[in-house]
Amino acid sequence: MSLLNVKNVTAKVAEQNILKGLNLEVKAGEVHAIMGPNGSGKSTLANILAGKPGYEVTSGSVEFDGHDISDWEPHERAHAGIFLAFQYPVEIPGVSNMEFLKASLDAKAFANKQEQTNAAAFIKQARSLAESLDLNPDFLKRGVNEGFSGGEKKRNEILQLLLLQPRLAVLDETDSGLDIDALQVVAEGVNRFRNDNNGVVLITHYQRLLDYIVPDYVHVLADGKIVQSGDKSLALELEKKGYAWLT
Amino acid sequence: MSHSVDDLVKSNAEYQAGFISNIESDTIPPGLDESVVRFISAKKGEPQWLTEWRLEAYTKWREMTAPEWAHVHFPPVDFESISYYSAPKDMSDGPKSLAEVDPELLRTYEKLGIPLHEQEALAGVIQSRPNVAVDAVFDSVSIATTFKDKLAEAGVVFCPISEAVHSHPELVQKYLGSVVPKGDNFYAALNSAVFSDGSFVYIPKGVRCPMELSTYFRINERNTGQFERTLIIADEGSHVSYLEGCTAPMRDENQLHAAVVELVALGDAQIKYSTVQNWYPGDENGKGGIYNFVTKRGLCAGARSKISWTQVETGSAITWKYPSVVLRGDHSVGEFYSVALTNNRQQADTGTKMIHMGKDTRSTIISKGISTGRSENSYRGLVRISPTASGARNFTQCDSLLIGDTCGAHTFPYIENSNTQAIVEHEATTSKVSEDQLFACQQRGIDPEKAVSMIVNGFCKEVFKELPMEFAVEAGKLLEVSLEGAVG
Repeated sequence: MSLLNVKNVTAKVAEQNILKGLNLEVKAGEVHAIMGPNGSGKSTLANILAGKPGYEVTSGSVEFDGHDISDWEPHERAHAGIFLAFQYPVEIPGVSNMEFLKASLDAKAFANKQEQTNAAAFIKQARSLAESLDLNPDFLKRGVNEGFSGGEKKRNEILQLLLLQPRLAVLDETDSGLDIDALQVVAEGVNRFRNDNNGVVLITHYQRLLDYIVPDYVHVLADGKIVQSGDKSLALELEKKGYAWLT
Repeated sequence: MSHSVDDLVKSNAEYQAGFISNIESDTIPPGLDESVVRFISAKKGEPQWLTEWRLEAYTKWREMTAPEWAHVHFPPVDFESISYYSAPKDMSDGPKSLAEVDPELLRTYEKLGIPLHEQEALAGVIQSRPNVAVDAVFDSVSIATTFKDKLAEAGVVFCPISEAVHSHPELVQKYLGSVVPKGDNFYAALNSAVFSDGSFVYIPKGVRCPMELSTYFRINERNTGQFERTLIIADEGSHVSYLEGCTAPMRDENQLHAAVVELVALGDAQIKYSTVQNWYPGDENGKGGIYNFVTKRGLCAGARSKISWTQVETGSAITWKYPSVVLRGDHSVGEFYSVALTNNRQQADTGTKMIHMGKDTRSTIISKGISTGRSENSYRGLVRISPTASGARNFTQCDSLLIGDTCGAHTFPYIENSNTQAIVEHEATTSKVSEDQLFACQQRGIDPEKAVSMIVNGFCKEVFKELPMEFAVEAGKLLEVSLEGAVG
């Protein structure tokens, strides 16, 4: 059974039609890269999956784990296992990372009728994840993304991914604004996350991320539709030729 | 399907302290003249000087007009329609032992989570406030003060002010009105004329008060005002931490609360005064609620003394309140930490005054205003550096947080610096709980209600950390309740 099944979805944002009949199926164990020019609808796809207010599915359906989730609230989707790594992570001043991470973890456990992680085990886990992502453990005490550099913000997204262990990770241009060292750390984190039970949708502008996270499929999104699909060699072709030959 | 911030700003807040206690009261007829002032004074068996003091205040009040400069709007208060004295019937012959107090009164405080039985408090039956001495003021009278004996061992006096007038007349006469003169302002003059009860605290030289002191104010009777008066004197080198809480039933008419609080810190003394103000704020359409018109001022009389005000203001239909510090002693320190949250139709005009007179005096002001619903929230603060205050320093930070787009936040800072060697810094920010923040929390599984509360608590963190431990927890919870309207 597919983990994610986007069937012929059209969607609009602020009265503008952005997605115009998009199909995408992701099975457990697969990594799908979505590439495409600016304004093709990549971020809209990410936000539609997460249920961001203001993004409206006008026809078609989004199924997750066999359920039509079109009417689900964003936090309900998160509880079910959909995770979105943000392109521009927001700052939440005064709320420490530690507090935020624990609240996320607890909310998910509560919704799924699981036991809460005890505080000591949680702190230990959060510290070791931070270390593995080259984040100073002190960062856990700081406000969520408060005064973080671009690279720190993105690594923080990956830390949340590894902590929450979702079923489906949607990474919205996580590579943007990263230098090569940070890119490797982030890619290594995503690779650590990958397993046979989860899926990844990797939205990116550039081929270089795919040198580190090797996708099973590459799709090209243009004007709200997937216009070409292939394996990782498609990304290399795009790198050479650009998008113009497809649109 | 999804919540936007605007959707969340629906008003359905539940005021949990809004019940009415069925207590038979002696309430005098509405209206104010000399005979009412004399009646109150006689009721308390006050000495001649105090009766006269009240009458002078009354005469001044008659000549004054209500202040209109605050950024709040309400129809003029009809002072003739208010009753100026109300006491539970069985209390009218003076305070009795707890065993004789009307059980309904005790139940009222039980419901509010205020322990009046010392044994229970000691045993920690009521978890929220272990080992805190409480003075409970119900309408115009104090009904019980706990832990008096234990405090007496340390030489600490903690009793109703009406009792202190008799037991410690020299202290009361010396300090009453010494910080807030009886003609200070319209509401202070009114209070001076008709004040009924409140707490009196004296900490002797060099004593660190062995427990937190607190007063819990409750307005119950209809058409009454509450005019309490608190006087705290910290003698040289002493320390005290004092907490104050307030609630009132939900009633359709507005009720007036015009208190005066005076603090005196002698050399090297420290007073920490914390308030969690949760008067009934009125309903979502602005009907009913308390008018909280309060004068609070502290005098750092001696060198190296320190006065710190921390307030969490979530209640009242209208708040008009500027807890201030007069820094007279050299090297004295004044602090003001404030969280003011307004929802629905609430209006708050609150802030502080730091008056620097002594050399090398320091003051810190941290103000956090949160507005939601259709409320208006203003910070108004004065920092005055006198010519004598060489080396004085002030740091002010005013942050406003808006939830939704039908509320208002305003900042009115006044700086009067007459000393070129003083340093005054002011920072101000205004931000909104953004849709993006809310969505980011939701995407991580945190529901919108919890998310808003977390964001607001984060915003207030610098102030909450100044509150005594058990109060900080309470304040966080109170904020959550007060935000209920804002979060669906």
